[in-house]
Amino acid sequence: MSIATDTGASARPILSLRGISMTFGGVRALKNVSFEVMPGEVHCLAGENGSGKSTLIKVVSGVYTPAPGAEIVFDGETLTRMTPVMAQEKGIQIIWQDLALFPEMSVAENIAFQSLSGPRMRLVDYSAIRRIARNALSRLGVMLDVERPLKDFAIAQRQIVAIARALVGEARVVFMDEPTASLTQSETDHLLAIVRTLSASGVAVVLVSHRLAEVLAISSRITVLRDGALVGVYPVAGMTQSGITELMTGRSFDERVRAREVTKNPVVLSVAHLSRPREFEDISFDLRRGETLGVTGLLGAGRTELALTLFGMRKPSAGSITLEGRPVRFSSNRDAIAAGIAYLSEDRLSLGLNQPQSIADNLVMASLDRILKRGLIASDRKRSLVARWIADLGIRIGLQEDAISTLSGGNQQRVAIAKWLATDPKVLILDAPTVGVDVGARAGIFEIVARLAEAGLAIIRISDEVPEVYLNADRIIHMKKGRIAGWHDPRATTLKALEAAVYA
Amino acid sequence: MPNVVRHHATEVVLTAVIIVMGAFLTLSTDRFLTLGNVFDLLNISSVNIIFTVGLLVVLIAGGIDISFAVAASVVQYVTVLALGGIGGGGWLSGFLIAASVGILLGLINAVLIHRFRIISIVATIATFNIYFGLLMFFTKGVSIYTLPDWLTTRVVLYEREMADGSWAEITLPVAVMILCVMTTWLLLARTTTGRQLFAFGDNPEGARRFGIPIGAMQFIAFGWLGLMAGVAGLMQAHYAQEVVPNALYGRELDVLAAVVLGGARLGGGKGSVLGCVLGVLLVSVTQNGLNLMGVSPFAFKMIVGAIILTAITLSSVRLEKLAPILSRRTQDTGSTAGKGEIR
Repeated sequence: MSIATDTGASARPILSLRGISMTFGGVRALKNVSFEVMPGEVHCLAGENGSGKSTLIKVVSGVYTPAPGAEIVFDGETLTRMTPVMAQEKGIQIIWQDLALFPEMSVAENIAFQSLSGPRMRLVDYSAIRRIARNALSRLGVMLDVERPLKDFAIAQRQIVAIARALVGEARVVFMDEPTASLTQSETDHLLAIVRTLSASGVAVVLVSHRLAEVLAISSRITVLRDGALVGVYPVAGMTQSGITELMTGRSFDERVRAREVTKNPVVLSVAHLSRPREFEDISFDLRRGETLGVTGLLGAGRTELALTLFGMRKPSAGSITLEGRPVRFSSNRDAIAAGIAYLSEDRLSLGLNQPQSIADNLVMASLDRILKRGLIASDRKRSLVARWIADLGIRIGLQEDAISTLSGGNQQRVAIAKWLATDPKVLILDAPTVGVDVGARAGIFEIVARLAEAGLAIIRISDEVPEVYLNADRIIHMKKGRIAGWHDPRATTLKALEAAVYA
Repeated sequence: MPNVVRHHATEVVLTAVIIVMGAFLTLSTDRFLTLGNVFDLLNISSVNIIFTVGLLVVLIAGGIDISFAVAASVVQYVTVLALGGIGGGGWLSGFLIAASVGILLGLINAVLIHRFRIISIVATIATFNIYFGLLMFFTKGVSIYTLPDWLTTRVVLYEREMADGSWAEITLPVAVMILCVMTTWLLLARTTTGRQLFAFGDNPEGARRFGIPIGAMQFIAFGWLGLMAGVAGLMQAHYAQEVVPNALYGRELDVLAAVVLGGARLGGGKGSVLGCVLGVLLVSVTQNGLNLMGVSPFAFKMIVGAIILTAITLSSVRLEKLAPILSRRTQDTGSTAGKGEIR
């Protein structure tokens, strides 16, 4: 990593932006922001959603034109403007969060797409395309069957394809927008190793990420944005996670363990020897009134599969589920909801909420039977039910009729939680409740969940972010390859020890 | 499992279904597997195959078109009237006029979709009604039976007398169809423009970020379909030896079914020329077989519908399930496996 940290005074930035401002319909998305990155440097661009990170990337890539007064200097050359074509020619490559790949096309075509683009019609030289793709992959030390369609590959491999594509364009600066958002720890490690390889070969890498732990491990400097303005540029050495969080949000956060003593409360849900082939095996636990049971482990540990089984969407092959002393057997999630189990999906965008529908319609989705009058939906009952939950969870909305997609991630998640609370559950399963929710907004969601637990709701809280579980659960199950690998009491262990156990 | 089989599962399944049906018909009728009947199948399928490869390009680019069949009827009328205007014309002027009018009608759709941001199904349902309405209004529903002689004379490219004294013939529409199939295949599989059409249909936003001209994609796709519709219209008039205003009305659904049966995806990014040809042939073989077996024509539609359902079900089942022996190489679907069940 000697190259990455070598940002001495003699070196010239490969890319430098000064005085960047952007206004959208009266809202200033960027206010006089500066940004620079050194050749071969790994640089982190941090900030909450809406802080201007994505806007800045779009300025860099030429998608947006900044307000007059902006200065863009690339490799010593001052540019008066930037267009997408210029950005590509200069070797500024963006790996978008959605990757912008073509799933039905082959890996080779995806990587070498540049040789397929361009306005002039030409015959396709497939052998050249395969060669380009294999070369790019071998630079990353990865072997993939380049003739198979991209859709055959998992998300981590698609990410590698996107990086390989950037390399084909003779990249000199690569921006990666939330590259680790959907990767497991080992996949993330592999990706970071690739970032190091790129950096060592002189390519500057800008990581736009909210998973701060990884960023700290690999970046040499960090640029923090808040509300469209530059907070500052800091060397990573000596930075702590909570320090960065404070810079990003402008607030300090209480990082105490919330765990409470709940062993005297009556058992609500009892699971014994629950198994499903190839998903999880011999899972047993008791969940008490008012208890928050944390479930953590790597992706693929069987956490979500277990939750879906408790929620009646999958049938266990062995074992039993007992709810308030009565054995239950759900044939669908409708049975589970009726029995008092609620499940907040890990995928809020596509499964948890219906994005084009209104806030009100989303909120009442799981409790329609409560707002009926003579078999039809009574709009007055619906309105008052929605108003109650909006007020209760402090959700900031315009109108009830607005589409849910108009809300921020944090407020959307509150609506999703309200949707389940409206079913009056006894057990609430939260699967990755803070995915896509800003650091600042997370605290609000944690507060809500803590309050629900105080009020006696039994909560199962699933997350692969170990600190989240550590700080917010009363007891923690660590799952590994479908089995319970260990029980932890947050009051009796440290975060470090827990992380070591999970990532072992 | 060999790559070719896995990547072309739909084509493999369709071929298998056609072979099974062919074998059954060969055994149960004495005329099915004769040169005369096979040539007949090609002659009657040609117009639809030309339509399908045109529609395929639009589907791959992520659009859909309802209007192309009635547009072909408009092409027939305009072409015949124009030919009358220039004193009869010939094949060259016939093709030029039909192709130009077809392209023009296709580009109208592209303008509506690209310029006015109307989604393709709505835009083309509207033009479907406009084209057909104008046609009925101006023709008052009257057919044209007096076509130029060159247009109604059968052009036989290859013929052979059979033992029973009948003639097995390959006619002009088959040659035109083969030309259309080959050029569409060349466009889609071998040119950068074709791959850009795939990319645009697969992930429009991704294509846009790569600087692919979105407008050009729409114009090429709908222009190509218009060209094919124009050519198909001329061939249909030639084959039927008359121009009837509602002759092609409703054909769009048969063609759409054949393209989707052939593996094209509604929504874009996927589909093959071979699949289109097989999709049309499957329906033709079914109808031909029912004819030869003496089944009442009133039952045709019903049976064709059932065959389409059967074939599409077979091709959507994973091949591995149909033939476990073939599935030695396991697929890596990674961490997303299992989530599919919920959706």
